[in-house]
Amino acid sequence: MSAPSDAMVEIRSVHKKFGSLEVLRGIDLSVRPGEVTVVLGPSGSGKSTLLRTINHLEKVDQGWISVDGTLVGYRRDGNKLYELREREVLRQRTKIGFVFQNFNLFPHLTVLENIIEAPVSALGRPRKTAVAAAEKLLERVGLTDKATAYPAQLSGGQQQRVAIARALALEPRLLLFDEPTSALDPELVGEVLDVMKDLAHVGTTMIVVTHEIGFAREVADTVVFMDEGRIVEQGPPADVLDHPTQERTRAFLSKVL
Amino acid sequence: MSLTSDPPIDPPAVKEAPSGAGPDELTVVPVRHPWRWVAIAATAVLLAQFLNGLITNPGWEWDVFAQFFTAPTILKAVWVTLQLTFYGTAIGFALGVVLAFMRLSASGFLRTVAYGYIWAFRSIPLIVQLLFWFNLAYLYKELTFGIPFGPGFFSFDTMNLVGAMSAAVLGLALHQAAYAAEIVRGGVLAVGSGQLEAAAALGIPKFRQLRRIVLPQAMRSILPNAANEIISLFKGTSIVSVMAIGELFYQVQVVYGRNGRVVPLLMVATVWYILLTTVLSVLQHYVERHYAKGAVR
Repeated sequence: MSAPSDAMVEIRSVHKKFGSLEVLRGIDLSVRPGEVTVVLGPSGSGKSTLLRTINHLEKVDQGWISVDGTLVGYRRDGNKLYELREREVLRQRTKIGFVFQNFNLFPHLTVLENIIEAPVSALGRPRKTAVAAAEKLLERVGLTDKATAYPAQLSGGQQQRVAIARALALEPRLLLFDEPTSALDPELVGEVLDVMKDLAHVGTTMIVVTHEIGFAREVADTVVFMDEGRIVEQGPPADVLDHPTQERTRAFLSKVL
Repeated sequence: MSLTSDPPIDPPAVKEAPSGAGPDELTVVPVRHPWRWVAIAATAVLLAQFLNGLITNPGWEWDVFAQFFTAPTILKAVWVTLQLTFYGTAIGFALGVVLAFMRLSASGFLRTVAYGYIWAFRSIPLIVQLLFWFNLAYLYKELTFGIPFGPGFFSFDTMNLVGAMSAAVLGLALHQAAYAAEIVRGGVLAVGSGQLEAAAALGIPKFRQLRRIVLPQAMRSILPNAANEIISLFKGTSIVSVMAIGELFYQVQVVYGRNGRVVPLLMVATVWYILLTTVLSVLQHYVERHYAKGAVR
């Protein structure tokens, strides 16, 4: 593989169009293991699409992405990229956790069943092992007493914490968060961010699309600012948030800060 | 006072505000509904008349009804009706699921074929289809299994293979499949795209996604419609009486053709249809409750 060995995520000149609308216009980004990368940008800037290409929920039109040294969605042979079969893509995704804005918990399954579903069916773990692991994860997100509850019986913040536990149950190498607090009532945002901060402190590699500037400042190793399908600037939060070099970054930050 | 006026202080309300008496001494007088009582009385009289007629009118011939209700020939006919319903439903819905996923497929060819099937079988009256299947031997003398357009391995005489009963099951099932396909497709479409994305993002194998994530949720909107279809098929089996199959309605006609007791024998069929439909409705209730797990309403 052409990906440098020290990067967890390597994104090279990625382009993506929806019809005639070019949402990603040449994205290059590397994320080192254990780092937290926060992606900021106005809506429509392509940040969610970029995140979704990393686990191949969206196919890229050009360029490539690798996670943990493996191409995502393709197999390379010489100068050709062969599209992977769905089954192989699904297997790749078990190494990449994804947390959605709207949680997307399975409403007909209990909290515990939501968490053990993928370890049992995708990784073939014995049910017992999966349940024991799920109970530990529930403890970690502070929801030990909710194992038998259904998602509809939980608050938004609790649901999102379950969704994080569900993503962690696969022991992924990388966690992707797509605006994880945007659908929450303001008073519930904190509990989700706290769980995410804990994950960051134990060295989980995370890419977080969010509007929470405070979270970016406190937790991020790298802040990436995107606009109109391009990365405008990136660097440590102290640089990008406090001394942005680009006019567009300044304009965006002045609106959200 | 009207709902639109919104004066800061409402003088009449202030005047009528209970003063002097303590809250415990006030009694609430409900609104009276005299016309409701008139409607109840009229309905009760009509109902009483109807029930009285059922009991006193000798034309119902309840003794004949009782004699035939559990007669072996009728019970056998009920069994045939149940078999037609069961096979019609089972084969119809199995094929319907296949057609539904063909219509949801990424392949335009599969989508078109499935749509063509549904279009055709919804357009042709069931009775016409049944007579077609019944006369299949006229079109194809023998059925051969083998390589398409190539040599065959086994041959069957169509007349022997597609008897009246299997022609009826085939007709009912193929007809049912067209409706089942649309019901199943509707149910699958009702499952949010986020559910599929979450399942895909977790790497859950494709077939498992369908069986564990999509179908249980789709069942909630499939079930009421499917129950309608099964009940309507159950009663619709009476249409195969045109093929001289000994199902309930045909058998009842045979008996009253012999003894001339039309009304009590029609009542025999009616009560059996009502009883068994009730059983299906009760089953529906419990199956729906099973699939309502985790739902708030």
